[in-house]
Amino acid sequence: MSTSEKFVQMVLAIVLFYSVMAIILLLTQRLRSRAGERVQAAAFLGPSLLLIGIGLLYPAIVTAWQSLHGAALFDPPFVGLDNYKTLFTNPQEITVLRNTLLWVVLTPLFSTGIGLGYAVIIDRARFEKFAKALIFMPIAISMVGASIIWKFVYDYKAGGSEQIGLLNQILVWLHLDTYNFLLTDPWNTLFLIVILIWIQAGFAMTILSASIKAIPDDIVEAARLDGVGGWKMFRYITVPSIRPSLIVVLTTITIATLKVFDIVQTATGGNFNTSVLAYEFYRQNFVAGDQGLATAIAVVIFILVTPVVIYNIRQMRKLEGR
Amino acid sequence: MRSRNTRRWAAAAAALTGAGLALAGCASSDSGGGGSASGTWPGEGKSECKGLEQLADFGDLTGKTVSVYTSILPPEQQAQEDSYKLFTTCTGAEVKYEGSDQFETQLVVRVKAGNAPDIAYIPQPGLLKTVVSSGSAVEAPSQVSDNVDKWFGEDWRNYGTVDGKLYAAPLGASVKSFVWFSPKMFADNGWTVPETWDDMLSLTDDIAAKGIKPWCAGFESGDATGWPGTDWLEDAVLRSAGPDVYDQWVNHDIPFNDSAIETSLDDVGKILKDDKYVNGGFGDVNSIATTAFQDGGLPILKGDCAMYRMASFYAAQWPEGTDVSQGGDVFAFYLPTMSDEFGKPVLGGGEFVTAFSDRQEVQAFQTYLSTDVWANEKAKATPGGGWVSANKGLDINNLKSPIDKLSAETLQDPNAVFRFDGSDQMPSAVGAGSFWKEMTAWITGESTDQALTNVENSWPAS
Amino acid sequence: MTGVVTDAQIVDAESTPPQRSASEAAKDALSSRTASIVALVIAVIWTIPTFGLLVSSFRPEEDVKTSGWWTIFTNPSFTLQNYKDVLSGGSSQESLYNNLINSIVITIPAVLIPISLATLAAYAFAWMDFKGKYVLFIAVFALQIVPIQVTLVPLLKLYVDPPFNLMPLAGRDAPAGGLYELWISHTIFALPLAIFLLHNFMREIPGELIESARVDGAGHVQIFTRIMLPLMMPAIAAFGIFQFLWVWNDLLVALVFSSPEVSPMTVKLVSLVGERGQDWQLLASGAFVSLIIPLIVFLSLQRYFVRGLLAGSVKG
Repeated sequence: MSTSEKFVQMVLAIVLFYSVMAIILLLTQRLRSRAGERVQAAAFLGPSLLLIGIGLLYPAIVTAWQSLHGAALFDPPFVGLDNYKTLFTNPQEITVLRNTLLWVVLTPLFSTGIGLGYAVIIDRARFEKFAKALIFMPIAISMVGASIIWKFVYDYKAGGSEQIGLLNQILVWLHLDTYNFLLTDPWNTLFLIVILIWIQAGFAMTILSASIKAIPDDIVEAARLDGVGGWKMFRYITVPSIRPSLIVVLTTITIATLKVFDIVQTATGGNFNTSVLAYEFYRQNFVAGDQGLATAIAVVIFILVTPVVIYNIRQMRKLEGR
Repeated sequence: MRSRNTRRWAAAAAALTGAGLALAGCASSDSGGGGSASGTWPGEGKSECKGLEQLADFGDLTGKTVSVYTSILPPEQQAQEDSYKLFTTCTGAEVKYEGSDQFETQLVVRVKAGNAPDIAYIPQPGLLKTVVSSGSAVEAPSQVSDNVDKWFGEDWRNYGTVDGKLYAAPLGASVKSFVWFSPKMFADNGWTVPETWDDMLSLTDDIAAKGIKPWCAGFESGDATGWPGTDWLEDAVLRSAGPDVYDQWVNHDIPFNDSAIETSLDDVGKILKDDKYVNGGFGDVNSIATTAFQDGGLPILKGDCAMYRMASFYAAQWPEGTDVSQGGDVFAFYLPTMSDEFGKPVLGGGEFVTAFSDRQEVQAFQTYLSTDVWANEKAKATPGGGWVSANKGLDINNLKSPIDKLSAETLQDPNAVFRFDGSDQMPSAVGAGSFWKEMTAWITGESTDQALTNVENSWPAS
Repeated sequence: MTGVVTDAQIVDAESTPPQRSASEAAKDALSSRTASIVALVIAVIWTIPTFGLLVSSFRPEEDVKTSGWWTIFTNPSFTLQNYKDVLSGGSSQESLYNNLINSIVITIPAVLIPISLATLAAYAFAWMDFKGKYVLFIAVFALQIVPIQVTLVPLLKLYVDPPFNLMPLAGRDAPAGGLYELWISHTIFALPLAIFLLHNFMREIPGELIESARVDGAGHVQIFTRIMLPLMMPAIAAFGIFQFLWVWNDLLVALVFSSPEVSPMTVKLVSLVGERGQDWQLLASGAFVSLIIPLIVFLSLQRYFVRGLLAGSVKG
């Protein structure tokens, strides 16, 4: 295909999509009755639900079914709950669970905290756009680029040799011994978490900044006239106003953290007690080829999200109630 | 459309299997595939197509395309594609090349989903077996089988054979039993290339006495961290216990932690787990685990270490401008033997041409790749070096780089006993799992006994 | 918004009398100076690693692999070779240009389609009344956790061999070279998060606004297009930025669903590193080449993050 053909295909697809949507909406917009509301809901929701059903729900069910099967890549035998037994009797899994917990607690807290603080501080500042672009950059750099960025930070050579890693070079400048950041458990996990915080803070900042800007000016002005400023403004006006967004950001980062495997993959390959559930899933599925065990891990990850889901439902109910 | 075609071909193939594959063997004019050849081949009478007369069996393939999926990436991809031009000239068919750094995982995904490529270059016999077990791989045509008999050794044929049937002919090869060193540094210090393992150990001591760490090593490789350790152990097993024990070990006829293996790993440990000997330019023994194998040999350039055991393909890792030759900045020597008892064991790897379709053009391409003509064509198309084949028809003079010549000589040496990388043949739970993991744990302090026992325990039951 | 108002009232009650506002202002100024310093420190820390990569992308291969990037200040040596290698795509026949076009062609629909669908769905979840709303919303929300990896094989199977004799979207004769599989897949993977995010933003829009519009006789479609869409622009822009990034930087979906003809930049860049990762220094320049367009998108969409959209609408 030539370049122009590709663009024609693209425009065609977009036009096709919007025409179909427009027709659906036009057909349903006149309906006002109670039943009509249902038809309209179906028109608004239908396409999304159909795609999610095919692309996510169906594979999720297949996955749960596969987790009851053996390791073979093709036509594995049924083994019942054996995979789960393996998972919970393996002593290494305890470390994996501990690491996963560390990731899931620390990453959302720190990324959101830093993102929020930065969004507030930089709001209305002179170089706001540029300053935000700087924090945003890590999330815009692809994972392959990020892996090299952090190689240049954590790389280790013995003292006396020329350093490639920035942190060890700083240690050398301070006349301290160099340190192998990725080797010693459990600190190595913390150093890996720093990478994800570095990436996710930009996400938190962008969403929260948009949300801060949506706080009605009159509320802020009223508070300001009452002499509220600085920390109090932050504590009593900003945070409560963007509370729903904060929960959204925390939730999103938590779920993303549970799924992140590429940092562990590129940095340590899960060695030195740094593995997390998502990486174990990836590894069993695609490297060691044990699909039964891999899907069992995926199911466990799914179960781990339940508390987050329940918390969000409660928040929604509260909002609904007031 | 694709799926319907696939189904028809599958039906044709099934019918043929039912007929006992008689067609495949009896007439060379019918290649045993789905459909018969039509037209005369475009190579008729062309001088450059000499030696490729087998391709006439497939007729005129003008307008047809063959899709190839592989792990071979740029800059090597360019040489691969260049070497297919002759195929297009002689058959008319085009080759659509696709390389991926996640070939192994993506191939399984595609095969499972029924979207397999026409041809895949599979670098592990273990993966080949898995893919064949899916039922979607197609047996190699008789022309390929003839060529493999003619140009490759029995051992190479076996690695492409599953359940007694030849599925895949070998493509490229790499030699893993190499030690990289700096000829200049050796000459300046009066060191000579060791001829035996013991010589190598005393050379190690000599170098260490000068205050230079003799060895460097790096096990880090992302997902595959630990594999350089498995290569070290495999080389040691071949040298101390011999190829037969090696085969039994790889096939799990003896336990993974057999005493012979334990001895071999201790031999490796005498070099790699001694802070006096490693890890030049990086640090102590532990630093091996976190040093990328790509970076592992680079301190040789600065004189921070003297030797790095790594496969022939490490040639590509040296920065541009490095003189890789006898008497140059860096070169490799054959990892010496421990005794004469087992000949000259060579540990290596390679890719196997696996087909998922029996269309005429696909079989023609398989045939082309298994000829001596292609091997030499490929050598000529690789000016930068970095490619050899175990094809006996490969003329060493066509190879451009000194290290490729050394690799080809090593492979073609009559005393050579070739063995394929063991971890690539073991079940993936071991070969791409516990073996890598335990070698990494071993280098960071785990005992030999514990490491081998852990791998043994992880061996799948069936 | 009642919650906010209550909090503001608490502040009212507690806050200091207006006559101390001068000192308050001084305190403000002081704290804003420390705040600026904190912001500066964060920005520097956040940028140094990337800056190191930028420097490395201009260094010769041997230097990158054997010495730290900061040595360039004491021992400068620059080269454009890494950029030349990346832009030429490591092959004489296909340059990176093709992949850049592919990335653009893949990304634009893969951003527009899910955002449009998700905005509609979010509206339905937020402001429509129907049975099973909660259960559906929870299901959609929870499905965020499904790892993309487990969906690949079932989806690809469907594309290759769809039921009801539909046209196959993958394989040898895929329409538009397989672009449809990419667009649909990206849409599917984006929807749960997009619906979740946009729904939460939409809930924040005051109900009175909707009520008064309904009283005026507006239907859902009118409310959606005339009131919701303009008010949602900051949220849509914010999500749009991220969806753009995820698709732009995606490697996994592209590896599985794109044929070589339509493969995006990420696939090409990764392959430049070579089979055994020998040319990893090229990833440095590659990362910056592929960063340019996302940064432009970010900077240009930022203008949608405007203050007071909502306040204005409430007054009006």
